[in-house]
Amino acid sequence: MKNTGYDYSIVRGFAFSALLWLIVGLAIGLWIAFEMFNPALNITPWLSFGRLRVVHTNGLGVGFGMSGIFATAYYMLQRLTRTPLPFPRLAKAHLYVFNIAIAAAAVSLMAGMNTTKEYAELEWPLDIGVVIMWVMFAINVFAILIRRQEKQMYISLWYLVAMTVTIAVLYIVNNLAIPVSLTKSYSIYAGANDANVEWWYGHNIVGFIFTVPVLAMFYYFLPKATGLPIYSHRLSIVSFWSLIFAYLWTGAHHLMLTPLPEWIQTVAIAFSIFLIAPSWGSVVNGYYTLQGNWDQMRSNYLTKFFIIGITFYGLQTLQGPLQGLRTLNAFFHYTDWVVGHVHMGTMGWVTMIISASFYYMIPKISGRELYSIRLANIHFWLILVGQLAWTITMWIGGIQQGAMWKATNPDGSLMYSFLDALTSLYPYYRMRFAAGVVYFIGILIFAWNLVQTTRQEPSTAEA
Amino acid sequence: MGINSKPVLFAVVSALVILIGTVVTVFVPLFMPSTQPVSAYVKPYTAIEQEGRDIYMREGCNNCHTQTVRPLRTEVLRYGEYSKAEEFAWDRPFLWGSRRTGPDLNRVGGKYPDSWHYKHMQSPQSMFALSNMPPYAWLAANRLDTSISFKKCSILGYGYTEEQVKEQIAAYKEKVTSPGYDSKETRELVTPIALRGELTEMDAIVAYLQKLGRDVKSMEAKQ
Repeated sequence: MKNTGYDYSIVRGFAFSALLWLIVGLAIGLWIAFEMFNPALNITPWLSFGRLRVVHTNGLGVGFGMSGIFATAYYMLQRLTRTPLPFPRLAKAHLYVFNIAIAAAAVSLMAGMNTTKEYAELEWPLDIGVVIMWVMFAINVFAILIRRQEKQMYISLWYLVAMTVTIAVLYIVNNLAIPVSLTKSYSIYAGANDANVEWWYGHNIVGFIFTVPVLAMFYYFLPKATGLPIYSHRLSIVSFWSLIFAYLWTGAHHLMLTPLPEWIQTVAIAFSIFLIAPSWGSVVNGYYTLQGNWDQMRSNYLTKFFIIGITFYGLQTLQGPLQGLRTLNAFFHYTDWVVGHVHMGTMGWVTMIISASFYYMIPKISGRELYSIRLANIHFWLILVGQLAWTITMWIGGIQQGAMWKATNPDGSLMYSFLDALTSLYPYYRMRFAAGVVYFIGILIFAWNLVQTTRQEPSTAEA
Repeated sequence: MGINSKPVLFAVVSALVILIGTVVTVFVPLFMPSTQPVSAYVKPYTAIEQEGRDIYMREGCNNCHTQTVRPLRTEVLRYGEYSKAEEFAWDRPFLWGSRRTGPDLNRVGGKYPDSWHYKHMQSPQSMFALSNMPPYAWLAANRLDTSISFKKCSILGYGYTEEQVKEQIAAYKEKVTSPGYDSKETRELVTPIALRGELTEMDAIVAYLQKLGRDVKSMEAKQ
């Protein structure tokens, strides 16, 4: 392939940032998982569960997730438009601003600067930094799309455009606050309205980080890795528009049976059930793409990452709407079941797809073969087993917890104290920690494999 | 489809599509009375309670404790009367939470004496050996910073004058440091000698916890 002037250094920069934050975020995850059954690890205020949990969620969701998205987005944008990056120096600045912001975010959260709005915990000066960073990214996105050499925008680009627009709206609306000092602000919304705005944000920021751009990767890298075209273009169009339409109605399923007006909850349930259709549109599209080529699950190490990944997406998008139903929600909400649900999506779907995308992309941009397919396979099995053990443990724990909260004696009094229900979960918490260690080892192998890939001698097949 | 070759139009249409659900379920309710009911019984936090609330937020207590009792039989049995929207009229931000590693706190006010909270915050394990709650003994070693309490209360629209805020702070300090304070012994046990005559962060968070659900309980008592 001739030199097309594509800027791959930015892709590499974000990819390795993603690996760094992935390892940091998981290490913190292990730390807080241990605190759940042994509070002795709450050594200092900085390491107490309440502060560290948000470092874990932000570090992985944004530090790992977003940098993985930026890495693949800068790659896909250039390849799919056949156009070099319009402003490579702006992208480089974006990379630095991003990493500085994540480091500052981690430090500020550990110092207790926390707005408490989930996944929007950063205080206002950092929020402004995030908005600036987003604009830096968006300029390149729209500039490259306007200058593109390829007339039609491929599916993945639709998802990237929707992400760029929607995250901007979500982030700004939910973070509106009045500063009291440099490190403290109060939300402009109060009570039930604040809850409604927050969970509209909380649900959709997850959707537009962990679903929309990851589908962009899936639609681009699955055909690339397998050599098979996406089964149905029409299905992908229908799935895309119905997904982004329905998503924004569903936030209130996080607020079931709270003082939020009931009609908002009911509308959210209805749209949550509807969302199964567009979600499974992509799942089915993925499965049918492999029609007649299922042997690739054995012969092509990347295929299984994508197919098992989209399978977890499919399970996730069935489980989610069901949890939203009032009766099931009354039982499962506030238990570890939901923690299991989230982690199937992040540890299963998101990480598997980003892993496979990196395995495809990093050798391509560095002109080297992957260091070891064998290690990639070991990575796959470790994160699969680790994730399954992790999530299934939490589901069982959640069911037990929900049942113990509801159990009554024949005279109608409560059968278990709160502490009874909590302490009965400690065996599950130990098991979860062990599963997390297995997963973490898988991720270390992943990172090692990619680092070794770039350290090899370049192969003759120049990319 | 033509729109796939027009990126700017594509972005505009995407924005409109995502805004439909947003406007109906989020923006419109912002202006509906049902999401912002008020009750004469529900009073804003005092300056000290607000400082306590800010410490609750700083420590991320909301990661393990919810503050909404759902209208379910066993939940009302466990925690008390279910939560109503008007109780949260002054809450910016809301602190309903999403996970109950610890119990719900929306009705915790008045459930235990202050001494219970001092002891429990200092070492949850000393009261419940198997509890996994982090100890917060160090809160009693931090002098409470009230330098921007008035600014906080005015931004939150509590309607206190600067004098009133000062009075609230002085009154609470008087309460917890007076010889007649019913939790004096426990407070002195957890508070370093140098700070026994001052307000600490521990005092503020206890004040906040004791406020939760109190207005509703006093309303029920009057009826």
